[in-house]
Amino acid sequence: MLHCVQHDKNRIMSNKVINGFTTAWKGLSLTLGHLFASNAKRKVISASDNNYFKQLEGTNTIQYPHQSLPVPEVGRYQLDVEIDDCIVCDLCAKICPVDCITIDSIKATEVIGQTSDGSKKMLYAAKFDIDMAKCMYCGLCTIVCPTECIVMTNQYDKTVFELKDLNYEFSDMTPEDAAEKRALLEKQQAEKQAAKLAAMQKKEAGE
Amino acid sequence: MNIYLTYFAIGIGLFAFSALFALFGVYAERKVAAFIQDRLGPTETGKFGMLQTLADGLKLIQKELIIPAAADKILFMMAPAIIFIAVYMGFAAMPWAPGVVPTSLNLGLYYIFAIVAIETLGILMAGWGSNNKYSILGAMRSVAQIISYEIPAGFALISVVMIAQSLNMQTIAMQQGVLSGEGVKFLGFWDVSKIGGIFAWNIFRAPHLIIAFVIYFIASLAESNRAPFDIPEAESELVAGFHTEYTGWRFAFVFFAEYSMMFLVSMISVVLFLGAWNTPLPNIGSVQLATWTTGIAWGIIWVLLKSLLLVGAQMWIRWTLPRLRVDQLMNLCWKVLTPLAFLCMLVSGIWRVFLM
Repeated sequence: MLHCVQHDKNRIMSNKVINGFTTAWKGLSLTLGHLFASNAKRKVISASDNNYFKQLEGTNTIQYPHQSLPVPEVGRYQLDVEIDDCIVCDLCAKICPVDCITIDSIKATEVIGQTSDGSKKMLYAAKFDIDMAKCMYCGLCTIVCPTECIVMTNQYDKTVFELKDLNYEFSDMTPEDAAEKRALLEKQQAEKQAAKLAAMQKKEAGE
Repeated sequence: MNIYLTYFAIGIGLFAFSALFALFGVYAERKVAAFIQDRLGPTETGKFGMLQTLADGLKLIQKELIIPAAADKILFMMAPAIIFIAVYMGFAAMPWAPGVVPTSLNLGLYYIFAIVAIETLGILMAGWGSNNKYSILGAMRSVAQIISYEIPAGFALISVVMIAQSLNMQTIAMQQGVLSGEGVKFLGFWDVSKIGGIFAWNIFRAPHLIIAFVIYFIASLAESNRAPFDIPEAESELVAGFHTEYTGWRFAFVFFAEYSMMFLVSMISVVLFLGAWNTPLPNIGSVQLATWTTGIAWGIIWVLLKSLLLVGAQMWIRWTLPRLRVDQLMNLCWKVLTPLAFLCMLVSGIWRVFLM
């Protein structure tokens, strides 16, 4: 009986050894195949392509700065503002869930101009900052924008050395310009106030 | 005076060789790993990334040498030197071509086996000196592994020595080709002392030496701490094992030693089993391929080529097989390799008595 058990044990051991070698060889032949299949370069095709997931042969690497995969058109990446088309309505700043858009507006004394879709511009944007470090890429601001001046581009590779470089400033006004416009607005408001006062006084006098 | 200059020249030459081989070996390793994993490996530094390891070396030399505050300073500083020198000294007795051997030692194989075992001491010093739990665990594992695997490796080598009847590496090399003075028999019956080539190699002179070769190859993977026996540095468990705390050129020397060790154990396999510097091409009638391709330059080419093939196999195995657990490692060593190595030694004795 004991002899029999010993015999079985020996057989199991030798089976194990043979099994070890055959499975090791299986693995080795698999990796050898890959070692020599690596001269096939990966094709740069979009993920929407039908053959995208069928690329099983050869190298998988995309040499990123030299090559890059095409990005989907509707992808949500870096924000960009066409400030000439902006009517400074502040909707984007209000909808933003993380408050990454800061807008400082100055009422103009008259109509400044028109956007490319014909809307009247009545406000100056003294400050139009988007802090991309805070942005969560939800894209709500691009939806609410009445003039479609705030859009998401296909730029996704944005690395900077200073955190403050991620704060994009889109306003094209200098501080002096802004100060001048503010002074004009104050002057106009003062004039309006004076006119109002004068009218009231006139009214009172007339009674 | 001149003879000392020769000594220095040989020493510097061997050092230059191991440094160059380390540079090449790391590059080859990274490329092989990358190709096996369907990647590209280094591509940016130089053509095909060939200057990558040189750049890495320059970076390592410039780095600060940090000694942990609680480390045993003397052990910590000496360890990389001992690890490297142990391996580097092993090259002293390795034959490169007919008549080309740094030192023709009668005890060559014994000396190599002894001096390479000193590496274990260096590893233990590094692990202990670092005063870091990962380092000491790595070092303990390394020592346990290397000492265990020296037994099957040693008996596999002894079975060759019994066939060759010499410990001198150059004598063993000489026996396996057309330059052999005594008769060489393929599988013990066909006299190939004039034919040479692959038939005269030790693994074909006595076929059980093929098993001894496989045993030695597996054991040598364990001795050079290569995967699947890399539990001493097991990245996923021990950070980097015994060299966790090393920086700068001290780390570079540990790396140097690993790659030199890879080449050294491959070269030992080549000398003892695969015909050393002898050509694989046999003499066929008047086409004296073996005689034409035997010589100093040819010898160096063959020994390099064969050793590099084995180094390539080591890399191939590293990037294929998963790491063994400690118990599996010991199982393999004591229950499989050691009995097989004993069996080889026994067959060697019978072979020597009845067939040679």
